[in-house]
Amino acid sequence: MASLRSPLGRARGLGSAKDGTHHWWAQRVTAVALVPLVLWFVASAIGLAGAPHAAAAKWISQPLNAVLLAALVVAVFHHAQLGLQVVIEDYVHCEAIKVASLLAVKAACWLLAVASLLSIVRIFVSAP
Amino acid sequence: MASETSSAAKRARPLSPHLQVYKPQITSVLSISHRATGVALAAGTLLLAAWIVAAAMGPGAHARVAAFAGSWLGQLMLLGWSVALFYHLLNGIRHLFWDSGRGFDLATMEKSGKAVVAGTVVLTALAWLVAKAG
Repeated sequence: MASLRSPLGRARGLGSAKDGTHHWWAQRVTAVALVPLVLWFVASAIGLAGAPHAAAAKWISQPLNAVLLAALVVAVFHHAQLGLQVVIEDYVHCEAIKVASLLAVKAACWLLAVASLLSIVRIFVSAP
Repeated sequence: MASETSSAAKRARPLSPHLQVYKPQITSVLSISHRATGVALAAGTLLLAAWIVAAAMGPGAHARVAAFAGSWLGQLMLLGWSVALFYHLLNGIRHLFWDSGRGFDLATMEKSGKAVVAGTVVLTALAWLVAKAG
């Protein structure tokens, strides 16, 4: 059967949503990254439960912890944004509310990620 | 699209049966739970960000976040958050196996689903035992 897709459309491979498999793939890449990062963070967080400020700041200021925590923040907020986007696209049918919610989620994820990253950098550079 | 929907509603066309007519099954219940826990975890990232930012702000801010996390409401939220985290983590790994084209037959699907539920209970209990003992 002859395809109704134009040769250019087929070569681009981006489909009707115009971004191809990018969203799906990014969600999987962040998911794979989060498996070890989350296990590492949960184990560390259990050790830090009830710890005073000095202990928490000292833990974040260790180079390996700072790098992994920054990686966790980037992966977690990217993954959360991608997931919430799909939920909104599935359940919100009013176009204006949908676009507003998508933008609000994206803004919140970006701001929280930037605030967390700057905080990690601040603790890291001010460590004795 | 919006005008189409509203005019269809005015003509009172019959609707297809909705969720409540279907019997809950382990496959469908675990599927929607993956989404629900994902949304809950997205809300839970607020606590992660609050903890990191408070650590950068100083002892006062850190003490306020720690006090909230230690309160009964904070502990209840952390308990719910840990259940959601372990469930989403284990079921996410199940999803990654499906993405590789494996484990789609019904018997395997039920087995892996039960393993995810059991793993969630075990990991949550283990995490809280270690946290409370340590």
